[in-house]
Amino acid sequence: MEPAPATVRNLEALEALQQTLLKNRKLANATIATCCGTGCVAKGAIDVFQALRQEVAKLRSAPVPGRRDVKSVKTLAHTGDSQHTSVSAAKNGRAPVPGTLRVVSKCTGCHGFCEYGPIVVVQPHNFFYTNVKKEDAPEIVAQSALEGKVIERLLYRNPVTRKRATRAEDIPFYQKQRRIVLSHNGVLDATDIRDYIAAGGYRALGKALRQMTPEAIIAEIENSGLRGRGGAGFPTGKKWAACRQARGDRRYVICNGDEGDPGAFMDRSILEGDPHSVLEGMIIGAFAIGASEGYIYVRNEYPLAVERLQTAIAQAKQYGFLGRDIFGSDFSFSIRINRGGGAFVCGESTALTASLEGRPGEPRMKYIRTVESGLWGMPTTLNNVETWANVPRIIHQGAAWYAAIGTAGSKGTKVFSLVGKVNNTGLVEVPMGMSLREIIFDIGGGVQEGRQFKAVQTGGPSGGCIPAAHLDCPVDFDELTKLGSMMGSGGMIVMDEDTCMVEVARYFTHFLAEESCGKCVPCREGLSQMLAILNRITQGQGQPRDLEHLEFLCHLIQNTALCGLGTSACNPVLSTLLYFRDEYRAHVELKKCPAGVCRNLFRYEIDPQRCKGCQRCLKDCAVGAITGKRKMPHVIDQQQCTKCGACFSACRLDAIQKI
Amino acid sequence: MIASAQPSSVANAIQRYGGGVGFLIPILQDIQREYGYLPQPQLKELSRRLGVPLSRVYNVATFYKSFSLQPRGRHLISVCTGTVCHLKGAVKLVEAIRGQLKLPTGETTQDMRFSLETVNCVGACALAPVLVVNGTYYAKAKPGKVADILKAYK
Repeated sequence: MEPAPATVRNLEALEALQQTLLKNRKLANATIATCCGTGCVAKGAIDVFQALRQEVAKLRSAPVPGRRDVKSVKTLAHTGDSQHTSVSAAKNGRAPVPGTLRVVSKCTGCHGFCEYGPIVVVQPHNFFYTNVKKEDAPEIVAQSALEGKVIERLLYRNPVTRKRATRAEDIPFYQKQRRIVLSHNGVLDATDIRDYIAAGGYRALGKALRQMTPEAIIAEIENSGLRGRGGAGFPTGKKWAACRQARGDRRYVICNGDEGDPGAFMDRSILEGDPHSVLEGMIIGAFAIGASEGYIYVRNEYPLAVERLQTAIAQAKQYGFLGRDIFGSDFSFSIRINRGGGAFVCGESTALTASLEGRPGEPRMKYIRTVESGLWGMPTTLNNVETWANVPRIIHQGAAWYAAIGTAGSKGTKVFSLVGKVNNTGLVEVPMGMSLREIIFDIGGGVQEGRQFKAVQTGGPSGGCIPAAHLDCPVDFDELTKLGSMMGSGGMIVMDEDTCMVEVARYFTHFLAEESCGKCVPCREGLSQMLAILNRITQGQGQPRDLEHLEFLCHLIQNTALCGLGTSACNPVLSTLLYFRDEYRAHVELKKCPAGVCRNLFRYEIDPQRCKGCQRCLKDCAVGAITGKRKMPHVIDQQQCTKCGACFSACRLDAIQKI
Repeated sequence: MIASAQPSSVANAIQRYGGGVGFLIPILQDIQREYGYLPQPQLKELSRRLGVPLSRVYNVATFYKSFSLQPRGRHLISVCTGTVCHLKGAVKLVEAIRGQLKLPTGETTQDMRFSLETVNCVGACALAPVLVVNGTYYAKAKPGKVADILKAYK
C-alpha cells in the first residue's frame, strides 16, 4: 500500500518516503501512461484513458484470457487519476515479480509530440504508441501490458524511411532534444504528488531549506547563468539578489503563467504536466528572497492548468511543502492562484501586478523596478513558469552542471513550441545554441506537404520573421535579437511559400492594436495608424509612400512607448520590411499578392488545358460561381467569386491557379 | 431577474476571497460564472458591498476581454485566432460559423442558442484551426465541419 500523506519534516524522512514510493512503483509489471495534455485530450485521449482504465479494471473481475495462471485480481490503490490493479498469479517465469501481476494505468502530462496524439506509453518496455484510439485499449492491455508484445500498427512510422520506431528515443523528433524542464512530462502523473516525490521531487527544496543559506541559493542561481524564460532574458539570480536587498515589510514571488503569445504553449504544458516543479521552484525562490506569499497568474484560457495547480497545491500542503514551518524549518509560505482576464498586456510585469491588485492591467513606467516596488508596493520577484521549473533542477544538480549546457551568454535549455507549417508540430526542448535549421528540419521534420520554407517567426507578436538565409543562426537570446527578432517566451512558427508576409505583419499589428491597453499615446494611436496602412496595402489600396510611413511610425513607437508591448510591437513589421521588402512592393506597386493570400490581389482561374470537367470544384463552390458541363473545362465567374479557396482545395488536378 | 431575489451570490463571492478589493477580478469571474455574464444589478451591489465607486468596478469589467456585460447564449463558441490558426484558416472558419448561425455581426444569436467569440490562442497549435464549444476542443475544424459540430448543441 502507498503510505498516507504526512508532513515531511526533514530530508531523511523525504528520502525514506521516496524509497517506499519507488519500491511500490517497481512492483508494477506494466504501467500504461496516457498523455492527457490539452492537445491529446482534444484528439480523444480521455476516451482512450477511460477505455484503458476499464480494461485494467476488467483484470480485477475476470482471469486474463489465455492466462490460466492468473487466479484473482485485487486493486492496489486508487490515486488521483491513476489506477493500480494487481493480479495475483501463480509463480510464472514471464512475470518479473513472482506471484503478482500489477498493471498501472495513469494519465500524464504532454509529451510534446502533439501531431501524433493521443499518445500512450507502455512501461517497462517503453513502447511508444501514437494516434491511439479507444478501440485499441483491449489490445494494449492484453498484448503489450500483460504479454510485453509490441503492437506494430500503433508505432510511429518515419515518413521518409517508412520505418517504425518502437521507443520515443528512436523517433527523430526526440533524438536531438535534451529534456530537462520537460523530463517529467509524459512520465509522471501530474495529479499525484507521490509520482513526483518518487522521481526525486522536493529534494531540492529540502536541500535548499536545510543545507543552504538564502545567499548561497541566490549565488547558485547566479552561477548557473539562468536567464528569464519569459522573453527578456534578465539574469534570474541578479533579480533575486536585488529583491532580497530591497527594503520592504513583506516580499512576494509571482509566477507569470499569462502565456499570451499566440502560438506558444510551453508554459501551459509545464503547468499541466509537471505543476510540482513550478511550485518547488517558487518555494525555493521565496525562501531565497525572504517572501512568505506567492501568486501564480494563469491565463483564463488554460482551465486544465488551473485545475492541476489546485490539486498540486492541496497535495503539497498535505506533505508540508507549503504552509507553516516547511521541512521543519521556521520558513512559512503559501501560494494563491489567480486567473487572468484575457488581456495580453498582463504578461508585462507591472501590468500583471496591477491585475493581481484588482485593477485594469495597465503597465507603468519602470524607473522603479518591480523588485523594489511590485505587488502592493513591496519588493516582488516575478519569473516565468519555465524559469521557476528550472530552479529545482539547478539546486539539485548544481550550477556547474547547468552552466555546462548552452552557449556563452545563454545557459541551459529552452523549450519551444514548434508550430505552423511544420511536419512534427509540438513542444521541443533543446540546448541553447542549436541552429534554427536543426530545430525545424531535423526535429521538426521540415515543412508540411513538401512546400518551400519561407520564414520562421519567433518571439510572438514582439518578435520578428527570420528568412531562410539565416537558418543556420544559433538560437539564443542574443543571436535572435541581432536578427531583428527575439527569443520571446519560445513560440516558433514555421511559414511556407503560401504565407503572405505582409498579411502576417498585418495580423500581428492587428493583434497588438487590439491588445494595447491604451495608456500611452504612441502605442494606442501609432499602432492603429500602422494597422490602417497595412490594411489598405493588403486590400490593394497601398500608396507610394506607405512603406516609408510605416518605418517612420515603427521607429517612433519603438523609442517612445511606455512598456515592452509598445517598444517591441514593431518587430514583425520591421523584420518583414527588412527581409521581404519585395513582397511589400508587389502589394503596393503591382497590386499583387505573390503568395495568393490577400483576397483583393489575386484571382482563381481554371486552366482549361488541365481541367477535365470532373465537377468537384463546382459542387464545392458555395456561391455558385463556377459553371461548366461535365467533361468540359469549367470557368469561374470573377464577379461572384468570394475567393474562399474551396475550389482550390477540391481540385485534384492542380487545374485551379492563383493569378 | 430582480437583483434582490439573489442578494447573497455577490456577498458569497466576496466572502470567498476574504473581502478585499484586491480580489475584484476573481469575484467578477465568479459572478460571471454564475450568471453567464455580469448583470448590472450585481455590479451595483458589488460596488456597494466593497465600498468602491461603480466606475471602478466597470473600469475592470470593461478592460478584460473575458468579461461580458451582455447576456450570452446557452453555448459559447470560441474560435482560436492565434498565429497558427490564423495561417491555417481561422478567418474562413469564423466566416463559416457566422454564415451557419446567420449572425453577420454581433456575438449572440437572437434565440440565445449560441454566442461566438474569438480568443487569442488556446495553445493547442498542433490541432489548428481549433474551435472550442463549451470547453470541448474540436481539432482541425475546417469550415465544412461547422454545421456537423454545432448540430449537437441545442
